[in-house]
Amino acid sequence: MSVEKILKRAAREIQDGQTINLGIGLPTMLVEYLPLDHDVMIHSENGVLGTGRKANEKEANPYLIDAGGSYVTTRPGAAFFDSAVSFAMIRRSKLDMSVMGAFEVDQEGNLANWKIPGKFSPGIGGAMELAQKTGTILILCTHTDKYGKSKILKKCTLPLTAEKCVSRIITDMAVMDVTPEGLVLREVAEGLTPEEVIKATDAELIPADTIGSF
Amino acid sequence: MNKQATLEEAIAQIRDGASIMVGGFGSPGTPFCLIEELIRQGQTGLTLIKNDANEQSIGISRLIENGQVKKLISTHIGLNKKVVGMMNDGSLEVAFFPQGILAEKIRTTGAGSFGFLTDIGLHSEITDPKDVIVWQGREVKIEPALYADVALIHAHTADHFGNLTYQATAMNFCPLMAMAADTVIAETSNVVTPGAIQPEAVHTPSAFVTSVVAVDTDRPEYGLMEGRYER
Repeated sequence: MSVEKILKRAAREIQDGQTINLGIGLPTMLVEYLPLDHDVMIHSENGVLGTGRKANEKEANPYLIDAGGSYVTTRPGAAFFDSAVSFAMIRRSKLDMSVMGAFEVDQEGNLANWKIPGKFSPGIGGAMELAQKTGTILILCTHTDKYGKSKILKKCTLPLTAEKCVSRIITDMAVMDVTPEGLVLREVAEGLTPEEVIKATDAELIPADTIGSF
Repeated sequence: MNKQATLEEAIAQIRDGASIMVGGFGSPGTPFCLIEELIRQGQTGLTLIKNDANEQSIGISRLIENGQVKKLISTHIGLNKKVVGMMNDGSLEVAFFPQGILAEKIRTTGAGSFGFLTDIGLHSEITDPKDVIVWQGREVKIEPALYADVALIHAHTADHFGNLTYQATAMNFCPLMAMAADTVIAETSNVVTPGAIQPEAVHTPSAFVTSVVAVDTDRPEYGLMEGRYER
């Protein structure tokens, strides 16, 4: 339920005509929530610009997957290319937005999503280049971890993916923006008060003048 | 000029201790038949360079599980618990690079250069401060090019001269690796006569390719994996 809430809210961030990358996991599921009349080019690091929804068994081509390993379709106007071109596109900042997951995000916009020392270190993949070079980084994650600890922190403790890269954070509880003044609370989930969100958050949240709900 | 070789001849070019680039992002582009022959011939002490470690019990994971691999240079092995375990218990040396940096290190050797300057991960734990310089007023990191003795790649189509084409996301690292290794072995299930591939459709020109091996891609590794498509 909270996953659907995050995805529905996140879909509203994507504009017609944008080129975007969707990270593995929650962000990838965003494809299913995009308005059908939008021309959005989805980039997949393994060498596609213009992936569509997941393929069914009949449509699936064993040589056509997304970066998460799922068989996908392509949309009209799609292109295939090698890994050097794929990352040239990223490092030359040709993507408008990257949607990523997070282990931790902090109020300065620092992001940690690739390594938990001693526990989880499967490699970097495309995360550093995407986080460092995409103009807008949208983070989707649950507000707290499975122990109820806030993932939205004053200061990240894990190794960073990139410094000061995050623009907006959407969780099951809130929509927050990283600004020069600090982390601004823009919206709270239906049924929650701003006070409840602030209480559940380690980072210092600055309430916006008007706080919406979603 | 005819670069067709048997599986056995082609893989016999590989020596113990060789460094080998292996094409593929996940399964697409992985040369499963070339890997099987390498397992059969049993060369050891290998250094493998591949985007990922495939998944347990398929592709290069089989070479690693078989103890033929000393070191893996990769970007992300999260889909392979077995190899993550071998990395954690120290039985396999693993080096990680950001994905596009690995691609560019390979491309750079392929372009006949020795390194490049980048700002990716400059202030992160992946950067050794010794590699950081100031170049034209900006802080950058020196990233050396990556070379290998051999590249093993999967092509969609190859002609006798060694011109190659790739299909969809099976392209990935293959054209880069084909330019960066000394001995380039391409497997394909479609060997055609020269001229059958239109010149403008060639992805890897024949000059980079050493051997073309005709293989049967009816093996299950080349097919669809369960659970990766919508029901």
